Amino acid sequence: MYGLVNRAIKRSTKITAAGIAGLLLSTAMPAAAAADRPFGLGTLATAEEVAGWDIDVRPDGAGAPVGSGDALAGEAVFAERCASCHGDFGEGVDNWPVLAGGRGTLTSHDPVKTVGSYWPYASTAYDYIYRAMPFGEAQSLTHDETYGVVAYILYMNDVIADDFVLSNENIGTLKMPNRDGFLIPDPRPDGQPAGTPCMRNCNVSTKIIGRARIIDVTPEGQ
Amino acid sequence: MDKKQDKTALSRRQLLGGAVATVGGVAAAPLARAAESNPANLPPNVPEWTPYLGAGVDANPYGMPSEHEAHVIRRNVEWLTASTESSINFTPLQDLDGIVTPNGLCFERHHGGVPEVVPADYRLMINGLVDRELIFTLDDLRRFPQTNRFHFLECAANGGMEWRGAQLNGCQYTFGMVHNVQYSGVKLADICREVGVKPSARWVLAEGGDSAGMNRSIPIEKILDDCMIAYSMNGEALRPEQGYPARLVVPGWEGNMWVKWIRRLEFGDQPYMAREETSKYTDLLPSGKARMFTWVMDAKSVVTSPCPEKPILSKGQNLLKGLAWSGRGKITRVDVSLDGGVNWTTAELHGPVLDKCLTRFTLPFAWNGEELKVQSRAMDETGYVQPTIQALQKERGVNSIYHNNAIATWLVKSNGEVENVRLG
Repeated sequence: MYGLVNRAIKRSTKITAAGIAGLLLSTAMPAAAAADRPFGLGTLATAEEVAGWDIDVRPDGAGAPVGSGDALAGEAVFAERCASCHGDFGEGVDNWPVLAGGRGTLTSHDPVKTVGSYWPYASTAYDYIYRAMPFGEAQSLTHDETYGVVAYILYMNDVIADDFVLSNENIGTLKMPNRDGFLIPDPRPDGQPAGTPCMRNCNVSTKIIGRARIIDVTPEGQ
Repeated sequence: MDKKQDKTALSRRQLLGGAVATVGGVAAAPLARAAESNPANLPPNVPEWTPYLGAGVDANPYGMPSEHEAHVIRRNVEWLTASTESSINFTPLQDLDGIVTPNGLCFERHHGGVPEVVPADYRLMINGLVDRELIFTLDDLRRFPQTNRFHFLECAANGGMEWRGAQLNGCQYTFGMVHNVQYSGVKLADICREVGVKPSARWVLAEGGDSAGMNRSIPIEKILDDCMIAYSMNGEALRPEQGYPARLVVPGWEGNMWVKWIRRLEFGDQPYMAREETSKYTDLLPSGKARMFTWVMDAKSVVTSPCPEKPILSKGQNLLKGLAWSGRGKITRVDVSLDGGVNWTTAELHGPVLDKCLTRFTLPFAWNGEELKVQSRAMDETGYVQPTIQALQKERGVNSIYHNNAIATWLVKSNGEVENVRLG
């Protein structure tokens, strides 16, 4: 109970004795808490609790934690923490993702979707790298390190210069090369037949033009 | 992808060293055959399992399938991904009946492996544009009113390797990124009432507690319509690989949005543009532009027998079986063609036929050794008709990876073997 009260106190810097009593009552008897809280389940989250878990960063920079880093600082972190999978220059090792290059390939037979060629927002790189990278060491980079790594990736993709200091102040202002590359809303359903589906003597080609067995990439051992 | 395939094909040829290849479990021999019987167990003899006592009730506190069903397992395509922790496996649809997928056979897609969440330490945080930012324990979630619903979950990349042609020779590998279970849990609408969603909230960021911190933006309308936080599947607690102890259920929409090990829902006024809804799960068109926020899984069907893993073993009477589903509602009709789409027969739908749920269909047929080109075509209650691959390619090209719900073709040869082929 002391814990609950203490957490409630942290939520407000101007809490009164009467306020504390009210909070105590509401946490002790949740069913009577408020008519607009139909089930009285759960506990109020403290600002500290929310801050620890609320790590997302939006395209406009909302949620970006205070910090900064440039490509030079980021290159050192990248070499140590990222390059074993992504390569020193973001070229990707084996099947791991390529992070740089690929501009001009989206209409080709083999599109190369990288942060520079495809990702519409710089914030996404920060959000993803901080929450999920390095692979298997999630949320282990500092915020400054994360800004640095993002800056290095953006520098490799010619989005920013090598001395550009990326920070919470400006991450929401960068325009990515493929910012206008996406179409909303979803136009489906598409590919629909004209009229009712044909049932008899339909005019379709039944010639075999491809066979999975010849391509031969199916795992064995069934 | 082509490069990877070439590499894999080459290494396989080297490994095999000229040995006869078998693909999809079907021997390249002239005749497909059923398992041979032991005459000693057949009438009039007394079978070996009859005279003696079998296992007692303590032998298997949690029951497992017969050892003779050991081939009915999820399978992975190793060359698809760099690591098994960020990878996918496939449901063996060809070995299942009815519409319920057994929990241990539900395909898995992880982005950072399966976390081992301790239920006593599990918390669901709700923050952002709400009147009260709240934290729920698992016990809290179980005290909410309960809802129980059957729904399919399909990965948007199901069939993604088949855009350019028939590539993987199996029902499991081409259609198996789907499963269907009964979920028990809490309607998100109830949780929204509890936290008091502000009118300015338009989007919800769902976030997982796994090593990938999987996050997706979902419009508030969908959240309030039919989304739920599930803690059980098919009557028991969620399996760890399916999000234990709690996951998001987003009926009819792509599986990537069904965030597992869900730890947080943030209400906001804009989409969050997470990695999984920008760099992934967007559908690249020939123009170089990509469709974004393509959430609904359009109607789809597959013949699960015969199929590459299930050759026809006998002439005469046979039973064609399949599954159909739609993210837009209920399946209303499935047509089957045995001649590559020239003539069609409407199959029998087996109840229950539920909203956004796998639906079983069957069609008895006689086979006398002739070549068949088997297809199925699903329709749903919105009037949507499962398209041909050519119709989809015309709209979207071949590089969109996701949302391939086209009609597939199984070629049945005169010896009963079945192969995945592309007609055109």
